[in-house]
Amino acid sequence: MTVPSDPLVAQHVLEFPGGYTRTTGPVIGRFLSELRGRRIVGARTAEGRVLVPPLEYDPATGEPVTGEYVEVGPAGTVTTWAWVHEPLDGHPVDRPFAWALIKLDGADTALVHAVCPEHPKAMEAGMRVWPVWRDQPSGHITDISYFVPEVTKIVSNVRSEYRLQAGGALRVFLEGVRRGVFLGGRCDQCDKVYVPYRAACPACGNAIPDTLELPDTGTITTFAINNLPDPRAPQVPFVSAYILLDGADVPMIALIGDVPAHEVRQGMRVKAVWVPESERTASMANIRWFAPTGEPDVELS
Amino acid sequence: MRALATREVAIVAFAQTRHTPHDTGLTEPELILPVINEVKRRTGLERFGFTCSGSCDYLAGAPFSFVSALDALGAWPPISESHVEMDGAWALYEAWVRLQHGDVDSALVYGFGKSSLGDLRTIMTLQLDPYYLAPLGLDQLSYAALQAAAVGADRKELDEIVRRSRADGRANPYALDLPDPEGEDLAVQPLKQTDVPPSTDGAAAIVLAAGDLARELSESPAFVRGIAHRIEPHYLGMRHLARSVSAADAARAAGVGKGPVEVAELHAQFPHEEIILREALELTGDTVINPSGGPLAANPVMATGLIRIGEAAQRILDGQARRTVAHAAGGPCLQHNLVTVLEA
Repeated sequence: MTVPSDPLVAQHVLEFPGGYTRTTGPVIGRFLSELRGRRIVGARTAEGRVLVPPLEYDPATGEPVTGEYVEVGPAGTVTTWAWVHEPLDGHPVDRPFAWALIKLDGADTALVHAVCPEHPKAMEAGMRVWPVWRDQPSGHITDISYFVPEVTKIVSNVRSEYRLQAGGALRVFLEGVRRGVFLGGRCDQCDKVYVPYRAACPACGNAIPDTLELPDTGTITTFAINNLPDPRAPQVPFVSAYILLDGADVPMIALIGDVPAHEVRQGMRVKAVWVPESERTASMANIRWFAPTGEPDVELS
Repeated sequence: MRALATREVAIVAFAQTRHTPHDTGLTEPELILPVINEVKRRTGLERFGFTCSGSCDYLAGAPFSFVSALDALGAWPPISESHVEMDGAWALYEAWVRLQHGDVDSALVYGFGKSSLGDLRTIMTLQLDPYYLAPLGLDQLSYAALQAAAVGADRKELDEIVRRSRADGRANPYALDLPDPEGEDLAVQPLKQTDVPPSTDGAAAIVLAAGDLARELSESPAFVRGIAHRIEPHYLGMRHLARSVSAADAARAAGVGKGPVEVAELHAQFPHEEIILREALELTGDTVINPSGGPLAANPVMATGLIRIGEAAQRILDGQARRTVAHAAGGPCLQHNLVTVLEA
């Protein structure tokens, strides 16, 4: 409490210590008792409508409601909402939230309560919401702490581990990479050079028995700028590109480096940047990336 | 419904304080005294057949606070007096009903409120249903924002209502001097800070007179040709918030549509309420709305509705208009609406 500096100004508080006791009567009492049991009920009117929260009288006709109570919800649909940026002391939650009119399933009138989505952009008329109950309901409208948006998606974690072994043609290729050369193979029938080296031609099935050493220079045929981090890439954004090695007929995918992403272009001449000889292994990690050579661009057909 | 023959009753004098946005330190009787004296001076009446006031104890945080306000009246020898825990507009309705009895010819009505004493936004929570709404801490700004969202009005239209109201208020010596609305500061979304009515202290008084006395006391009395109030369910979720069925019913019962309305003074505390009320009262573009600036330019709670009646009557008392309409509201989100039709 602040103490006013002006002696002619006084602080005045209106308060009922311990709270103001009110009797509920049978209708509101039933609703609050059901809330304590984590159920939401409405009262049926003589005309058959379900009032939630229940009133003693049908507001439309003034007739007493019937003795029939109908369980509704617990989910409902938001019809109108307003967003509170700065909650007041008396509000149900101490973080930004929405006030909403919520038509619970099976009810003909709307309940006023708070909705707490993760973000205000989640709020919209027609959204489905479910109650979050207080740990120990006591028979009070705040037994529902607030409502939250209905579950419409989940996040599934997927992780499986595999053991890969490079045998056959891939082993041959990676052994080449260890020595600092790219090995390809020529199909005698198709007269095409494939890199990485493979044991058979993918076009005709002809066996390719021999390897062919290709230079580590080439031309970018197409590329993509990636804005999501990747453990294999040096930074974000990074560029991955198809590089047609000189003498090859199919491009090979690799990273591009030593150049700003927005300067990478089709037709750009590049050369592999190898890790120092002492660090080399039989792995594509041997090639740090491809960097521009500074030669004039090549016209791609 | 069968139309009942009513006794001719007119407003013959109206006075209001120069409202302030802060507490000037006056007690409530001190706030009221000048306006009571002014309507006494204008009518020459020292005693009235009936006296009725409107105020709200929660504003002062003290029970029966309205009783001390009687100090401003001269209540001895005993006077015939009553009070409504509502806007003074409903005190005027009660006085009008009292004059229909036919045994008294004059009535003094006043309303007053000092919003400055506390935080009106949360004090108004106390008027809500104590089982379902008040325990949530639903505050006045929040429930108004829920209604604004239900209306879904165009932001430009809302801004224009605030701009027009504040400009009219600057031209009204009794209203507050508020700048043109600027900025996008949100209050409770979709309402902006500039949509919120100003905290205001003030009071107003009106004298009603019946039949011949009305014509004796004023050259151009403002006759009450229709007056009616209707109410809707208290609980917000049981109403169509975007419309005001009760205001429309009250307007029909009061006979708003029986002739052209030159001026309408609407108790619209938030700009979207003006949109709702224009539709409910079926006001056309020919009607000048809230030339006083309305509640968006001065909102002395519990006097604001009575001031709407006074402002609408003053146009007739001044000879500027022949037929005007006043509207007063109470309860959350325009729950309860009183419509008065005044004619020369």
